Amino acid sequence: MQDTTLLDAVERYLRGEMSPEEKALFEHVRNTNPEVDQMVVEHSLFLEHLNQYGEARRIKTQLNDIHHRLAETGQIEQSRPAIVVTLWNKYKRVVFVAACIAGITALAISGLVSALTPKVDKAKIEYLDRRLVAQDYKLNKLSTQINTAGQTQTAPESYGIGGTGFLIDGKGYLITAAHVVRGATRLKVQNPIGEYDAHIVQLDPHADLALLKINDTSYHPFNGLPYGISKTSAELGEELFTLGYPRPDIVYNKGYLSARTGYQGDTTTYQITIAANPGNSGTPVLNNDGDVIGIVSSTQQNAQGMVFAVRSKNIFQALDSMKTDSALQKTDSTLSHLHIPLNSSLKGLDRQQQIRRIEDYIFIVKRN
Amino acid sequence: MFNLGIKESISVGTVTNEQDLLEGLAKNDRMAIETIYKQHYNMVQSMILANSGYPDDARDIFQEAMIVLYEKVISGSFELNSQLKTYLYSVCRRLWLKRLSQLQRVSPEVEGLEERIPVEEDLEKHEQRNRDFIVMEQAMNSLGEPCKSLLEAYYLGKKSMVEIAGDFGYTNADNAKNQKYKCLMRLKKIFSQIKK
Repeated sequence: MQDTTLLDAVERYLRGEMSPEEKALFEHVRNTNPEVDQMVVEHSLFLEHLNQYGEARRIKTQLNDIHHRLAETGQIEQSRPAIVVTLWNKYKRVVFVAACIAGITALAISGLVSALTPKVDKAKIEYLDRRLVAQDYKLNKLSTQINTAGQTQTAPESYGIGGTGFLIDGKGYLITAAHVVRGATRLKVQNPIGEYDAHIVQLDPHADLALLKINDTSYHPFNGLPYGISKTSAELGEELFTLGYPRPDIVYNKGYLSARTGYQGDTTTYQITIAANPGNSGTPVLNNDGDVIGIVSSTQQNAQGMVFAVRSKNIFQALDSMKTDSALQKTDSTLSHLHIPLNSSLKGLDRQQQIRRIEDYIFIVKRN
Repeated sequence: MFNLGIKESISVGTVTNEQDLLEGLAKNDRMAIETIYKQHYNMVQSMILANSGYPDDARDIFQEAMIVLYEKVISGSFELNSQLKTYLYSVCRRLWLKRLSQLQRVSPEVEGLEERIPVEEDLEKHEQRNRDFIVMEQAMNSLGEPCKSLLEAYYLGKKSMVEIAGDFGYTNADNAKNQKYKCLMRLKKIFSQIKK
């Protein structure tokens, strides 16, 4: 206890927050007591380290951000093709051999697969995004018309709501369902605090996961996240809840894990019984402790309340493969410092408190 | 897009000479940093591309040089007796030579016609800071939650104890403070252990 007060005094002294009398008293103590004096010196040195650490971290993020923006707007040169050319020259032969093998294997496998699989009705599952194909087509056509009309003004940006996303790193990395953002050229994400520009870092259509990054100067990074991303499997019957954006207001729903596997025994997903609507794609599924155990992906047609969610474990797998992808690594060097929270700080809180703490970390994903 | 356009015209209009840019850098003025970046990045990139590097190497090296410059500016020891361009070029050249020898890529001599100035001393200081940064990062990461977030919110995010108590769900600021104290002690311990 004594130490807490002393340290507190040291910090206030160093920050110059003491009143003149208090300061005089403290300096007197410092002069007469070498232990205190040593503590002041040592602590100020440590705080200096801590400060420099924070500064360096801040400036690194800023520089990356600036680089990204300048490169995107073409204000600095980007000689991407050079890499491809060098790599091509280096690995030409390997590529040829690999391509041959891959070609033969692919043919063999696809032959086998088509011979062996029973005919599946593909329309049985339905993604929960809100994109309307017809509307998309119309918009695309409109924007091409405008562009070809030779106007310098860009087409008025219109974004439709695609789905929901949530932060996995306070620096601005979000996870959503791949089908929500697939093919989008511009993305915006919005939480109760504000609306930000974002881009796709990586798509994994197979796992139906997408990693997005907010690249907007008005975005203030969060320090840490309230929930953790679970690496373990959820239990059958476990009570679960979702917070997502099937409409412009955030919607809470409660349900339970109804099967350990998803559509047609897919072991990378769970089946959950919960209310979900178009727009819920990408919504995090949390358990009572506040661990994210899955991401809403799709629903089965004509089966009310049956939802398939991608297991959260897949996030780690997808990220691991991204981290080893050196090309990706280099375009976004903060990727290697991606810090995914494993532990939730929501344990033991009641639901209202949990929701209040989580709300800001969940975003509407809008796409053009 | 539109906003960007406006910002740009401001930067051209207000930030005119290098001294202003450096003052902006010290004050963390984004426009100043962006202007320096814009003016000098391409030069560094072409030097590195010409010497067995890739664009991404250029980015890493240039950003490190920007940090070296930043450290020098805030320590107050930057006198503009050479051009900013020369300084950045010299730092990048040194950094790249060092990286090349680490990577053991060929091409021991970095070609370039630019004028150079000695920057070894600055780089030594920078390396010391960089080592401290890595140690602190490791210490922070092995600290675990909620300690890490708590300390970051207080010391880096400069949030008040009252705000933190609210954010982390402590019942009052004193409890949060107590927890912060325990976390700080652990961080110090881990920091000094790693440093050894």
